[in-house]
Amino acid sequence: MCQEAPLAEGKALAITAELIPVYIMGKKYMVPESLTIMKAMEYAGYQFVRGAGCRGGVCGACGTVYRLPGDYHIRVGLACQTVVQPEMYLTQIPFYPANRTSFVWDEIKGEAEEVYKAYPELFRCLACNACSKVCPMDIPVMDYIAAIKRGDLEKAAEISFDCIQCGLCATRCMGEMAQYHIAQMVRRMHGKFIDVPSEHCAKQVEAIKSGYYDDFMKEIMALGTLDPFKQDNVNDDVKKLKELYKARQGEPSTSENEWTPDSDYAILK
Amino acid sequence: MPIIISDSQVVRDFVQKVEEISGEKFSKCMQCGTCSGICPMGAEMQLSPRHTVLMTKFGQKDRLLDSNTVWLCASCHSCLVRCPRGLDLPKVMEAIRQITLRTNENYLEPFEIPDELLEDLPPIAMVSCFRKHTA
Amino acid sequence: MTLGYYPGCTLKSHARNLEDSAIEALKVLGVETVELERWNCCGAVYSLADDDLIHQLAPVRDLIRAKDMGLDKVMTLCSMCYNTLARANLLMRNDEAKRKTLNDFMEEESDYAGEVEVIHLLQFLKNDIGWDKLKAAVKVPLKDLNLSPYYGCTLTRPLEVSIDEAVSPTIFKEFIEALGGTYIHSDHSAECCSSYQMISNPEAAIEAASKVVRSAEDQGADALALSCPLCEYNLGKRQVDILKKHDDLKPLPTFYFSQLLAVALGVDPLICRFELNPTASLELLEEKGVVEKVSA
Repeated sequence: MCQEAPLAEGKALAITAELIPVYIMGKKYMVPESLTIMKAMEYAGYQFVRGAGCRGGVCGACGTVYRLPGDYHIRVGLACQTVVQPEMYLTQIPFYPANRTSFVWDEIKGEAEEVYKAYPELFRCLACNACSKVCPMDIPVMDYIAAIKRGDLEKAAEISFDCIQCGLCATRCMGEMAQYHIAQMVRRMHGKFIDVPSEHCAKQVEAIKSGYYDDFMKEIMALGTLDPFKQDNVNDDVKKLKELYKARQGEPSTSENEWTPDSDYAILK
Repeated sequence: MPIIISDSQVVRDFVQKVEEISGEKFSKCMQCGTCSGICPMGAEMQLSPRHTVLMTKFGQKDRLLDSNTVWLCASCHSCLVRCPRGLDLPKVMEAIRQITLRTNENYLEPFEIPDELLEDLPPIAMVSCFRKHTA
Repeated sequence: MTLGYYPGCTLKSHARNLEDSAIEALKVLGVETVELERWNCCGAVYSLADDDLIHQLAPVRDLIRAKDMGLDKVMTLCSMCYNTLARANLLMRNDEAKRKTLNDFMEEESDYAGEVEVIHLLQFLKNDIGWDKLKAAVKVPLKDLNLSPYYGCTLTRPLEVSIDEAVSPTIFKEFIEALGGTYIHSDHSAECCSSYQMISNPEAAIEAASKVVRSAEDQGADALALSCPLCEYNLGKRQVDILKKHDDLKPLPTFYFSQLLAVALGVDPLICRFELNPTASLELLEEKGVVEKVSA
């Protein structure tokens, strides 16, 4: 059965695809098979006010859990990245109650004991590994908790580096801890006290502070305004912004090798 | 001090439950009191280890759950290696602890441990304590 | 010779003195330790509830890691890790139904049936090195040092994992004598120091710990030798609280057994990390002339 999907507002693009059944929070919807969970939910009439962010798989706002028929496994994915499957039962878990301890950052010395003090519950880990199994980024969460327990902050920061703070680990934890908050504290401590300081980052900060970019910033700020009286300029401004964005210098998203900026400053002058 | 047990206080399920969790049969116990004599925490316990077995035998759930005994037991196994009847009393203590913990009631709250202590405690202390005293 | 080694969390943080001295001492004896490449906390205490398998996952996972590395033996230094791993190992060896449940649950791991043997370093010294060979390797005998061993609970109980006789063990005595020290008997050498009760019930814990200190002192011990970081915390670090409550007691230095081993084998005292001992341990060694005075 083929059916034409309704057109998104203002777009003259027709989607023709096979419709498949999915169950969103227990209710059945027929959605085009090629869509991501997020688009399928929107297709089904849901609107995202929360639970959606970058739509590019890095912000961690759209954690989704689902099950497939005849399979006991809890499966997970980011709604913006995961393509729907026939008969899947799904719900989004955009947030799960997770306490974040507050502390005075300037007083932190970079010692494991400070993490223990902030999150003593981390010692309730049972090594059940449910956290690792539920991580959409395939991070061995259990292993970084194990590393923190033995005071190896460097290892924990390294293992948890790809964490996008979606919080799904916390939903499954038998020890009732919020692993991702603990790891974030550890990564911050790692960045400040353990890791080699990044030279070009320091230079960049220095340049910003010295006012080097002030004029450039003013120039950018004047562009792309949403002021309705300046509608005429919008297209040109957007075009210029896009050009600047494309021409900027930045760390490539995938690179095997270490990256260093061509010049002293990692931005278009 | 005599302990009077009326039928209304006997929780028969409790006996069964403790036997099930511990895998131990209390009928083994002959009330010799060796366990109470050897227990390093015995002096602080409201019910002695020997009493604990007796009270469990009689299904005295409330008396046992209200007492500090199982929470003072550190599973040192001194009683086990000396019990002439081979009763694994540490397992009985664990079973009674578990009955409380499985209702999601902690004996100790990790976040209530003072900061000065947390700074000092080795991981081994927290891991063992939380395993025995938190749900 | 190489020897598989499971450290445990505390040995990587508070008890580096236990680990560093042991590894260095083993090197002197020609033994290279191979640490598990991947490991988690063993759980420190063995779950005693028959129907509770979830608490067995942690130690079993570590044993699986050892098996995956092709090790047939894994050595521990910490008494609590030893006990937990050894008991979990027996469970996997002897209880078919539970073994199946645990293996099925850990579908991401390879199956395990108790193939690896868990040993404590004291056992390794006795059975694989031998007291005579150890004696011969001693460069600095612990002369005039009156040492009372403290087994605690987990090295000798329950019977099935005891590293020696459960009620009157002698392995620690043999160890001290092999190093040239004087063994001091204490009635409380295997009584509980209160374990984790130091957090939950500190007053009762201080009482229990004070009895251990008193018994050793009464018998004329200069120091306690132990193998558990939690015993060290209770008897060493918290000795100030014990002494506050019992002012007739004197400060009693505590050593990890591996520090004594290392010093006797001529390892540089700096490697033994005496600065992590909360008691006047190094000072005692200096006073007895076992090590040259380094602390000014």
